[in-house]
Amino acid sequence: MADRTPVIAGIGLSDYPKAPHLDAVGHHVLATQRALADSGLRKSDIDGFMCAQGDFAQPDNAGTMAEILGINPRYFDGTAVGGSSFELHVQHAKAAIEAGLCETVLIVYGSDLYTKSGTNPGFGAKKPGEQVAGVLQYEAPWGNTLIGAYAMAAQRHMHEYGTTSEQLAAIAVACRTHAGLNPNAQYRKPLTVEDVVNSRMIADPLHLFDCCVVSDGGGAVIVTTAERARDLRQPPVHILGAASAQTHWNISQMPDYTRTAAERSGKEAFAQAGLTPDDVDTVQLYDSFTITALLMLEDLGFCKKGEGGPFAASGALQLGGSLPMNTDGGALSSCHPGMRGIFLLIEATRQLRGQAGDAQVAGAEVALACGSGGWLSAMGTVILGKDKA
Amino acid sequence: MTNVTTPPTEGRPVPLLDAAGRPYWEATLRGELLVQECPGCGHRQFYPRQICVECGDTPGWLTTEGRGTVHTFSVVRQQGAYPFNQWTPYAVAVVELDEGPRIMGNVIGCEVDEVRIGMRVEVEFVPLNEEASLPFWRPAAT
Ligand SMILES: [Zn+2]
Repeated sequence: MADRTPVIAGIGLSDYPKAPHLDAVGHHVLATQRALADSGLRKSDIDGFMCAQGDFAQPDNAGTMAEILGINPRYFDGTAVGGSSFELHVQHAKAAIEAGLCETVLIVYGSDLYTKSGTNPGFGAKKPGEQVAGVLQYEAPWGNTLIGAYAMAAQRHMHEYGTTSEQLAAIAVACRTHAGLNPNAQYRKPLTVEDVVNSRMIADPLHLFDCCVVSDGGGAVIVTTAERARDLRQPPVHILGAASAQTHWNISQMPDYTRTAAERSGKEAFAQAGLTPDDVDTVQLYDSFTITALLMLEDLGFCKKGEGGPFAASGALQLGGSLPMNTDGGALSSCHPGMRGIFLLIEATRQLRGQAGDAQVAGAEVALACGSGGWLSAMGTVILGKDKA
Repeated sequence: MTNVTTPPTEGRPVPLLDAAGRPYWEATLRGELLVQECPGCGHRQFYPRQICVECGDTPGWLTTEGRGTVHTFSVVRQQGAYPFNQWTPYAVAVVELDEGPRIMGNVIGCEVDEVRIGMRVEVEFVPLNEEASLPFWRPAAT
């Protein structure tokens, strides 16, 4: 009987961190071409398509992207919950492939955020003084920012657990150290804890270097069956677990500012994989802000709730430590075009293939990727293995 | 650090009154802060919705005392968007009302560096337009 275990068979990155020659559609196209070339699959092999641009008015919306690429899927998914969309796509691709609904799924993302704007998208009303409909009318009048939203979680975590700015800074430092090994990373100059805590305050208690970069970039992941992957170009990376959960959407509704839905998505993904946090060799965690990754470390069970600060400060997250994190430099130093989830999957796959170059985690067999969408809202956890479970 | 004491409303996003929120905004003109309370299960919630998030019933309204505690906050020091870019630094807090639900708003009437988690605050409505006043939060004695 054919082995329908879902595996990642192809990965592709477009050009980053700055690619003025590409628009958003161009990032999708280039990432797709590179993932196909990486895998050895042909475009006509793709019968499942997943894309996270839910806005019909955008030229890269999911339906249009499939049309542009010339893909007429029999399984289609436009789930768009922000940065974690691609971890949710993996969950859905896994289920669809296991159920026999399709054979080979392309998950693709691309954005020209840096070239287009040079800034991060704002929060709340886009046109101040104009009317705001729906839920945002209870937040937009107060001028909170995207960073301010995450800062509220950091502030509460500091209050409850005594977490310090220096401990959060250790996360930014680990990412920067790894970015130094990635020739493409946006910022590679070494960074110290002092540099982070002395950088200007953006939204208390988050400093400039607690915040991700703004980039261009795109990525594609191809998921197929272990059977189909057998004669392809790359060693297959097995999807051992994939789960998602949401606690709220808007930041004012976050039930507990120190806990995210990664508690549930992580538990479910580990249960599927039959593994525990101790089995994980490297993590790729969504580091939109230092606090995002810190909460995930706790929620996923790599340390106890409230101990993320000391854990980060221990050096565990650096290459050579017990849990190397964001080995490409992460969103904090390498690449963040608006939604980073796809890059977490790609870096985890590179690690398990042994293709991470200078940033290779020796003997990596199990990697975990966890995306965050919205305002610490929608979490997607994917556990990948070099070998089948 | 400075902070707004009489907060300007010129340029702030204006609520578009809808079926769920109209009674809430209308009450702000009377200087009342409403939350919702479910006649079925007693659950209290904010922001206004047409459904109780606990039991699925249709919620009713409860007039609060307009007092609460800062549950968490940030001080926005970098903001590119008009009109808020004129007012940095300013404090944005999530206030836990004494009646239970939480609400976002600006803390005014003190230095931004004095805002603390656990700080007692009380509401102050500032007129926005003919349809709504905006609730701001001032330090309270108790
Ligand atoms: Zn109810």
